[in-house]
Amino acid sequence: MEEPTKAIKEIHPDPSATSGVHPMENLLRMERMPHIWCPTCGIGLAVTAFTAALTKANIDTNKMSIVSGIGCTGRVAGYVKLDSFHTTHGRPIAFGTGIRVANPGIKVVVFSGDGDLIAIGGNHFIHAARRNIDMLVICVNNFIYAMTGGQVAPTTPLAAYATTSPYGCVEPPFNIPYIADSAGAVYVARWTTLHVRRLTNSITEALQKTGFSVVEVISPCGMYYSRINRLGDGLDMMRFYHDNVEIRNGEDTKNLDIGFQTKIICGKFVDRERPSYMERYNQWLSEVKGARGEG
Amino acid sequence: MKFWRKPLDLDKITVPHGEVHIFKDRCKGCAFCVEYCPKDVLDMSEEFNIKGYHPPYVKNPDDCLECHLCEMLCPEFAIFVTLKEEEKSAKVPINKGEK
Amino acid sequence: MKADPKGVLTGSHNLSGNQACAEGALAAGCRFLGLYPIMPALEVSERFLERAPRVGATFIQMEDEISALAAVLGASWTGKRSMTVTSGPGLSLMMEHLGLGVMLETPCVIIDIQSVGPGLGLPTRAAQGDIMQSRWGSHGDYEIVVFAPSSPQEMFDYVIKAFNLSERYRIPVAVMSDAYLARLQENVVIPPAEEIDIEPRRYFKGETDKYLPFKRDKDFVPPMVKIGDGYRFHVTGLTHDDRGYPIMNEECQEYNVHPLVKKIRDYTDEIIEVQETGIDDAEVVIISYGTTARAALKAMEQARSAGIKVGSLKLATVWPFPEKRIFELAKKVKAFIVPEMNFGQLVFEVERCSIGKANVLFISHGEKGVENIDDILSAIRQTQQMNEVKKCIIELKKGV
Repeated sequence: MEEPTKAIKEIHPDPSATSGVHPMENLLRMERMPHIWCPTCGIGLAVTAFTAALTKANIDTNKMSIVSGIGCTGRVAGYVKLDSFHTTHGRPIAFGTGIRVANPGIKVVVFSGDGDLIAIGGNHFIHAARRNIDMLVICVNNFIYAMTGGQVAPTTPLAAYATTSPYGCVEPPFNIPYIADSAGAVYVARWTTLHVRRLTNSITEALQKTGFSVVEVISPCGMYYSRINRLGDGLDMMRFYHDNVEIRNGEDTKNLDIGFQTKIICGKFVDRERPSYMERYNQWLSEVKGARGEG
Repeated sequence: MKFWRKPLDLDKITVPHGEVHIFKDRCKGCAFCVEYCPKDVLDMSEEFNIKGYHPPYVKNPDDCLECHLCEMLCPEFAIFVTLKEEEKSAKVPINKGEK
Repeated sequence: MKADPKGVLTGSHNLSGNQACAEGALAAGCRFLGLYPIMPALEVSERFLERAPRVGATFIQMEDEISALAAVLGASWTGKRSMTVTSGPGLSLMMEHLGLGVMLETPCVIIDIQSVGPGLGLPTRAAQGDIMQSRWGSHGDYEIVVFAPSSPQEMFDYVIKAFNLSERYRIPVAVMSDAYLARLQENVVIPPAEEIDIEPRRYFKGETDKYLPFKRDKDFVPPMVKIGDGYRFHVTGLTHDDRGYPIMNEECQEYNVHPLVKKIRDYTDEIIEVQETGIDDAEVVIISYGTTARAALKAMEQARSAGIKVGSLKLATVWPFPEKRIFELAKKVKAFIVPEMNFGQLVFEVERCSIGKANVLFISHGEKGVENIDDILSAIRQTQQMNEVKKCIIELKKGV
């Protein structure tokens, strides 16, 4: 067999030579590519959908900030070319709250994983939803802690295997749209990474909303979740989504539990209006100033 | 192109043709683009890229409808589609050569 | 730069330590408070919140202390001077973001009204048990600046200084008060705005694509930008290079973290502030900080009237520790007396810096309250009988 390096040289005389510019390059830190995500990982697709949505939403990207926590999805902030922060485990929502309250002109996007936002950051998640902080949360749910090597997460379906549930997961998982809905989010949607167009549309819509919006992205984890559970690689997971996803827009969020290799219900579930934190705050402020005669 | 029912505005509709651009060295060989291309334009190649993966190659360039699905389904930002140059000026009717 | 007159309540006021703290913050230009309620720190927030609408400051009560400091860090990157207020158990929770603040080099101020620990302790009583935690609480290597005021007037002044230093060195700065000082009411003179110096934040002025978030100036402090100015910067809590991108190797760890330490260590002479009384002819020096300094000064006066040559070294900045000054003094004096409202924290630093050249007496000052100066006086009498230098800290036995 021919030596691979020689073959590469023949096919690509200059590996850096590319044909044209990728349309998303202006919103990505291309100098950091290739990114750290494994082959067949779905986080890249969530980023693709997000960057496509940014272009589509036609908003001022200079006035945006993206905050991530820790984990595989926590690295997103480092690849998206906005004012981006890679913060502590579970606290991106708290960090973003500070940004938004201190400067209401900044649109904050929190891009993080299920373990980061729902386990260690669960408290911040429900409180930001309760306050209705104007923020878009994109939660990539791959059912597992992938960065640390495949431990059981609060979203791991019952009976699924992980390195810390060698006899099958015994804890029932969280239903993220249900938490977000009951805590007061104004926009809740769930899509898989296969539904990139619908996901892009959802993120575009959520970017226009004022208030706490949550988009859950079900993503394959070919290296850990699928491998440990013998489900093939990410491509097999994409095929699984193709066959087992049911789109039910407006479905009651109570019914959105995900079992091990059961049907996944996707769609836009909540889209409502509620005064956001800053709206209430400013209203209170003008009342106080009026009462004190300070105009 | 064959139709189950002949559309009434068939003369006005044009099918765009796209050109697929692949950054072979960014590819990690996940094959999402090959699997989900609705027109089977792409296929996995036998060659290796600089990282040792098999990147896709454009098997049927004329079939591309510029739907951008491969672009959206690429986790590596390694593939994108543009409208073919000659079609930007004059769009070809959908039923070209089939009447 | 001079202070914004909107936040300065010029005049002479009777304020508690906590109220003076809020006034100091507003005078220093603090325009964001992230808080979580905890006693005995609450009066700071209450005063701040009451004045906030007039001054144009915003605030948010978060769900815990962890998120309170996280919000403060986020707010600081929008260009607002930000602070949080807490007490011992809250400071424990904040340690996570103290470390992040150091790594992201984010200016902010943490007010800690110390109460008795460990665990839940005595939440309404005073102690000085967080002194070591304020310095070493977060994991990894870092340097921060910690002030310990002893009166409401000092509280006002040092909170302003804390904000100025945090902007100057791009670090979190802590001000350690305690439950006594929190409620102690005294006269506080607030000067006119034009007499209050404010250190402006160092902003990067160049083109948007030329900005590197951690490209340091000669004094190791990188200039900042604000969110929303179009610089599209990235910062990370991981070990990073000038661009703010994570680099996972030892060389970068050295490149990144060493300046974090050096930017304080090389400027300790500028930062350290001590107040010396009667040091010149002293045979015995009482080293104190915070509320205990009040008792120390009184004990010094009484001992002097009894004919014993006693001096006082009051630490306004506990960290960085005034090592050089204490080393110089150790060569001259017979003994140091260190009263602290804990079971021995800063006394070990004093012992380290005296290098066996002077006796170090520790007084666990707290059982009878800081107003009781008998322990300090009996320690002073004990030093009079000492002829040789002992190799360890002498802990004062009760009733000696």
